[in-house]
Amino acid sequence: MCKNKNKDLRSTWIWQGIKPVKLGICVLEGPYQHEASDTAYNFAVAALEKGHEIFRVFFYHDGVNNATRLMVPPQDDRHIQKRWSELAEQHNLDLVVCVAAAQRRGILDEEEMKRHGKDANNIAPGFRISGLGQLIEAEIQCDRVVFFGD
Amino acid sequence: MGMLHTVNKSPYQCNTLESCLNHVGEGDVVLLIEDGVYAAMKGGRAADVLSAVQGVKVCVLSADVKARGLEGKLIDGVEVVDYAGFVDLVTETDKTQAWL
Repeated sequence: MCKNKNKDLRSTWIWQGIKPVKLGICVLEGPYQHEASDTAYNFAVAALEKGHEIFRVFFYHDGVNNATRLMVPPQDDRHIQKRWSELAEQHNLDLVVCVAAAQRRGILDEEEMKRHGKDANNIAPGFRISGLGQLIEAEIQCDRVVFFGD
Repeated sequence: MGMLHTVNKSPYQCNTLESCLNHVGEGDVVLLIEDGVYAAMKGGRAADVLSAVQGVKVCVLSADVKARGLEGKLIDGVEVVDYAGFVDLVTETDKTQAWL
């Protein structure tokens, strides 16, 4: 529904002569450590509200820690993973976690769990594990790519 | 039109702002985010450096200014932008460089 809303907004923009832009976002830091993930999230929300397209959010280095569904922050604190997952669901975002960075930090999906003979996986809804090529593709496909890190 | 540079560190902690200012070109925009907003604090050494920069627009992110209690304590000549303004800066410039 929201995706259609954005589409409508985009056509209004084109009609007004304002060009919607295809954006990529790269998050290099984990949650609750520095502000990178918070700033990236707020930026993403503002961009979507303006009718821009977010082609992909790529989580790299410690940024992959945003993708664990096992985080349990205090109830009065923001839930960084849930916030990303919900935004992805609402706007059909592509949240990609770097596979090599994820393996080092114990972020696994079902396939990776089986492949490495582990007894659990922890990838959060809306995230998928893939390679660094996905970041390169975003750099090629997007009008702008914005990096958030420490 | 120009390039957007984001600086997210305090100049009193790290020299990324200095590196950034050594590379900016005419028509570029420097956006101070997160702890980077401390650079625009009145009375600081970094503020003198910042106000001496010519031909470059300096902006600060309002949410990060507010979070650090710096409202009303910023030097003149810096533009306060919100997240929507951040998005506009990204789209209005040719590319974005994050000085991490």
